[in-house]
Amino acid sequence: MYGKKVKLRILFLVILLSSIVLTIFLVLKSLEENVIYFLSPTDVKNLNEIKYDKIRVGGMVKNNSVKINSQKITFIITDFKNEINVTYSGLVPNLFQEDKGVVAEGFLKDKNYFKAEKILAKHDENYMPPEIKEKLGEK
Amino acid sequence: MKLFKQNRIFNLSIKSQKIVLIIFLITLFIGLYEALILSPQDYLQGDSVRIMYVHVPSAWISLGIFSTIAFLSFLVFIFKNKNFFLIAKSLAPAGLVFNIIALVTGSLWGKPTWGTWWAWDARVTSMLILCLFYLMYIIAWRIFENKNYVIKVTSLIAIVGAINVPVVKFSVSWWSTLHQPASVNLMSETTIHSSMLIPLAIMTAAFVLFSLLIFLMKYNTELIKIKNKGLDRL
Repeated sequence: MYGKKVKLRILFLVILLSSIVLTIFLVLKSLEENVIYFLSPTDVKNLNEIKYDKIRVGGMVKNNSVKINSQKITFIITDFKNEINVTYSGLVPNLFQEDKGVVAEGFLKDKNYFKAEKILAKHDENYMPPEIKEKLGEK
Repeated sequence: MKLFKQNRIFNLSIKSQKIVLIIFLITLFIGLYEALILSPQDYLQGDSVRIMYVHVPSAWISLGIFSTIAFLSFLVFIFKNKNFFLIAKSLAPAGLVFNIIALVTGSLWGKPTWGTWWAWDARVTSMLILCLFYLMYIIAWRIFENKNYVIKVTSLIAIVGAINVPVVKFSVSWWSTLHQPASVNLMSETTIHSSMLIPLAIMTAAFVLFSLLIFLMKYNTELIKIKNKGLDRL
């Protein structure tokens, strides 16, 4: 149907693309720790040894866990399976709220205690006007 | 005969430019009015949600244009199609512009919501890689003199760059990223309230029209270059 050249070019592309995809896949696989932007509390729990490098831990801010005093703010990050306590002093983003996503950057003290140096808010994919949110809340 | 055909396409694209410009301006006006005035604030983000009406369509279009370029390049590379490489080449500038707009507005949006201008998470990084592929593609068209060679090189860049497109799309579901997952889904429920989805759709239409306009202008320039054989270096 097609000429020999066309078939050769298709073969060339297939080999080229599959080798690149395979290479990228293997590189990403071995660098997975770096591709993942943050660890969940469960990931932290499953760590073989505590890493003392700077890491990021993310999840939901547990309801009623945020305590603010003059020096610092403490809260609990949960992924609804495991939890981790976080302390932080500094400004938090506007979207930092209980029951909302958060990513904390800092150092693990132990598997249950994290000292954050930076707080990022992770928002979800839901967008709606305030009135709709209130109606949903009433339900 | 061939020149006659080119002239016809040329005249057609000159005429259609004016029509596209008018429809674009009307759509943009309605879209901006909807997005900035009529649409509500977000319950969580307040007014900064309005950045979405520029950010999301730009990102969609830059991905869409790159996919189109890659598809055309594929046909060019395999079947040596003589018409498609010019279309692919002319699509690139609009795609690059919207890619940069998506990155810049994403940065501006990141500061008030995430609390940072930039995050090396999978979505943002793969979008940056897409931008680099656009740059490579456009620069390659300029640096190689030999016509057959430049078509091969640019086609290969686009085809290889296409690997990155699904990575951008699925980065938010494959890895844990700071960027939130997709809100507008074809297969599952869309999580944007309709009062915000409508301005988003109109702005997307406006940006598509703008891309079409830039494409037609670029395509015209390329046709003129071919007509004036002296300037033809493709």
